[in-house]
Amino acid sequence: MGESKLDLLQGTLDLMVLQTLTAMGEMHGYGIARRIEQVSGDEVLLNQGTIYASLVRLQQRGWIEAEWGTSENNRKAKFYSITKRGRKQLVEDAAYWQRLSSVMGRVLAMGDEGGER
Amino acid sequence: MKNSMMDSLRRAVQRVGSLFRKDPLDHELDEEIAAHLGMAVAENLRRGLSLQEARRQAVIRFGGVPQAKERQRQERGVPGLDVLLQDLRYTVRTLGRDRLFAVIAVLILALGIGANIAVFSVVNTILLRPLPLQDPQRLVWIAPADANGLSASTYSADAYDDLLAQNRSYEDVTGYYAFSTSDNFKLTGHGDPVPVTGIGVAGNFFHMLGMEPALGRSFAKDESIKGGRAVVLLAHPFWERQFGGDRGIVGRPITLDGKPVTVVGVLPDTFDFGAVFSPGAKVDIFVPQVMDDIRNQGNTLALIGRLKPGVSVAQAEAEAAVLFPKFFWSKKYPDSAGHYSAKPIELKEHVSGRLRRSLIVLWCAVGLILLIVCVNLSNLLLARAAARSKEFALRSALGAGRGRLVRQLLTESMVLAGMGAALGLGLAYGIISYLRHQGSIALPLLGSVKVDGAALLWTLAISVGASVLFGLLPGLKTSSSNLQEALKDSGQGMSEGRNHERMRSALVISEVALAGVLLIGAGLLLRSFMRVLDVDLGFQPSTAAAIKVDYNDGGSVEKRSAILEEILRRVRAIPGVEAAGITDNLPLERNRGWGGPRAKGKVYRSGEVPGAFVYIVSPGYVNAMGMRLRGRDFGWQDSMKGENTVILNEAAARFLWPGEDAVGKIALIGKSEVRVIGVVADVHETNVEGKAGEQMYLPTMRDEWGPDGAELVVRTKLPPAQLAGSVLRTLRELNPNQPAVEFRPIQGIVDHAVSPRRFFVLLVTIFAGLGLVLASLGIYGVISYSVTRRTQEIGIRMALGATPGRVQIGVISTTLRMALVGIAVGAVASMVVARLIASMLFATTPTDPMTFVVMILLLGGVAALAGYVPARRASRINPMVALRNN
Repeated sequence: MGESKLDLLQGTLDLMVLQTLTAMGEMHGYGIARRIEQVSGDEVLLNQGTIYASLVRLQQRGWIEAEWGTSENNRKAKFYSITKRGRKQLVEDAAYWQRLSSVMGRVLAMGDEGGER
Repeated sequence: MKNSMMDSLRRAVQRVGSLFRKDPLDHELDEEIAAHLGMAVAENLRRGLSLQEARRQAVIRFGGVPQAKERQRQERGVPGLDVLLQDLRYTVRTLGRDRLFAVIAVLILALGIGANIAVFSVVNTILLRPLPLQDPQRLVWIAPADANGLSASTYSADAYDDLLAQNRSYEDVTGYYAFSTSDNFKLTGHGDPVPVTGIGVAGNFFHMLGMEPALGRSFAKDESIKGGRAVVLLAHPFWERQFGGDRGIVGRPITLDGKPVTVVGVLPDTFDFGAVFSPGAKVDIFVPQVMDDIRNQGNTLALIGRLKPGVSVAQAEAEAAVLFPKFFWSKKYPDSAGHYSAKPIELKEHVSGRLRRSLIVLWCAVGLILLIVCVNLSNLLLARAAARSKEFALRSALGAGRGRLVRQLLTESMVLAGMGAALGLGLAYGIISYLRHQGSIALPLLGSVKVDGAALLWTLAISVGASVLFGLLPGLKTSSSNLQEALKDSGQGMSEGRNHERMRSALVISEVALAGVLLIGAGLLLRSFMRVLDVDLGFQPSTAAAIKVDYNDGGSVEKRSAILEEILRRVRAIPGVEAAGITDNLPLERNRGWGGPRAKGKVYRSGEVPGAFVYIVSPGYVNAMGMRLRGRDFGWQDSMKGENTVILNEAAARFLWPGEDAVGKIALIGKSEVRVIGVVADVHETNVEGKAGEQMYLPTMRDEWGPDGAELVVRTKLPPAQLAGSVLRTLRELNPNQPAVEFRPIQGIVDHAVSPRRFFVLLVTIFAGLGLVLASLGIYGVISYSVTRRTQEIGIRMALGATPGRVQIGVISTTLRMALVGIAVGAVASMVVARLIASMLFATTPTDPMTFVVMILLLGGVAALAGYVPARRASRINPMVALRNN
């Protein structure tokens, strides 16, 4: 596996999927994967296949639901959409991530100041 | 937070649910992935890539289809279970391929596990489970410490009354009349008179044991006093057998011994008097014991107490030491106090305490069997593992970790053990239902043995334990083998064979050693049993039988003599009857004791004269029983008109006139002067294995001695069963009310007395036989395998001039070397084991050389035989064929 790309932390892919579905509405697995790749600017190390483990996990928790439909180019595909509980979860998780990343930012910034004291 | 917990729960449910929809879910995922790749290819094509490149890129970006599928499956299912199911499927496939192995393994396991479940159920019922009574741990059996005979372990009605009044330890004390015999009542009004076994119990008996009748009520207070209403309680089986389970019987009178008695209730199915108090006996009815009726009979009551909460057995014992010496044999005789003692013991201890050691030995024996089974299976699995080493090497090359391989092998063992356990349970059910119906085995509670929850748990425990035990070693062995070597190895090579073979030999040696311990232990018990059968009982049990005779003498001794004389005259006239006589008690059954005889003119210290067992007999009884007599037998003239006479046994004669001939001397029995007319060899009156006590035989024609019932003993050349009809017919001619009681072979009475030992010996011997078979199977397996593996080598040897005989001797000597090591280890271990079972042996020393030699020869012989079969095969190897192969 490549070294230069970001390894996904546990749970981050789930959050990305939820966010993607909120932003884009109903989507199939390939669309979600492509969307995440595009938004992350190809910085994320994502085997597209791993999306399916995440999808089944979210589905079993009742945060997203799936339905068979037809894609834009007339293919049979499974379309996912976020549920009400999924939106609630997304709000909670997003807040958590933002808090965590700001805390991490402060902690990492402290390094230089700490050195001077 | 609560929300996410609900979601996790929801997910868990879905995960389990997805296990059952594996195929549709897999199919959906396949389709979804196909669509995914299709769209990726389409997009790549739009970006101008060639079709081939577009496909390649799509797959690369996807990142491995099987891996993605596997991750999704893990995510949606239950991870451990998935692997387990996979292992199970694999196991079923591999076992299916090797059906013979699977069948043999399951059969061996079923034998081992089944025997273990059966023995556990027996041990659990007799030893571990509390008695089927209310709060059984507070019930105590009240009897002297080492009582010999019934009279010495029972108390008088006066003593019982005093105990009730004076004790502070017991919530309540109850008792039952201990001298009832089987078929002591007769029920009339339903066709032929029906013999019924009844027992008199104190009025509080059932209430005190916490055994309320299933129908009706227990005895009322006024029903156990003199002149009270005549009532009876029916045992459940008797109620069903005799009255067809008619609920209307309660409150109705039945005719017992010619008198109307009201049925007040039916006891529950769970109450089996015989099982607890008198193993092997069946009791049909219970009547309230009127204490005043037995006040003059001396010691007749067996006592059971219920301790007050918080009172210990030791406290009760301390109290008994103070109280019992104050009690009276009969208050009519003020000097009759001071002879009682008592040592209360837990009722459970009284019921099964004597059997503890035997049962534990049995349990150990059957545990050894399971151990041998495990070793055997280990061996079989190792042989299989050798054949499968390539398969495992391949799997491990394909990425299966060592843990996974061990897990797979353990799954296989568990499946085998599971199937073995299932079959074993069936076997155990069979054994137990057989045992339950062996009414003739004098073991307590045997009728209530069943495979219960505890037994099922035990089954689970031993099956899992066994599967780990026999599966782990081959598992570790196989998975640790060198990958490259295994793949290179052609399967018949030598690389790992030697190590493997050494381990298998070690297993076989331990198997032989274990079987040796079992065999020698069983041999010692078997020899003891044969010694017991050889005991000189003092009478000849074979070709004699006894039948309970009903007669009505109206209390007149002359009439009694006349009736009995007529009965004997008529019975002796029946063709085939050699001798006949009548007694009130038979040896090895009910017995009663009186103060022993004293020599006239001698002065004895108080307590110096031992009690003696009393038999009140007719002329001819001594001869009919086949007892050895010197002096003369009673004649009908030894009645009130003649001299008072007695026949003593050797023990009594020796005590009264040591070194002299007792015949012709005068003895004192109570206050009567009695002439000793004969001396008989000691008869084993209470048990076969103990020593005989003093006995005196008194003529039924005298007023001083009241016989208690009458057993007609008939000696014949014919099988006793052939005489049963004509004897009963003769008795009926004389007394139409004679019930159709059983014509019991005397041998049956002896068999009943030795039945517990027979039971244990039989089981231990069967287990030893099983152990022997398993050990020989193990030997056969190893030798046979090594012959197969060495076919080429043997071929070369034969080509170089080794004779078939030489090859054969070579193989057999390998076998014997292995067997000898096992036998040596087993013999040493047996020395230790024999010491532990020494107390169960009878007239056999724990180091009995005969037993050791015979069993060692047997084991060695069987081992040689097990080696001979493959040896023969080896000697028939055709060198040409052997060398051409491979």
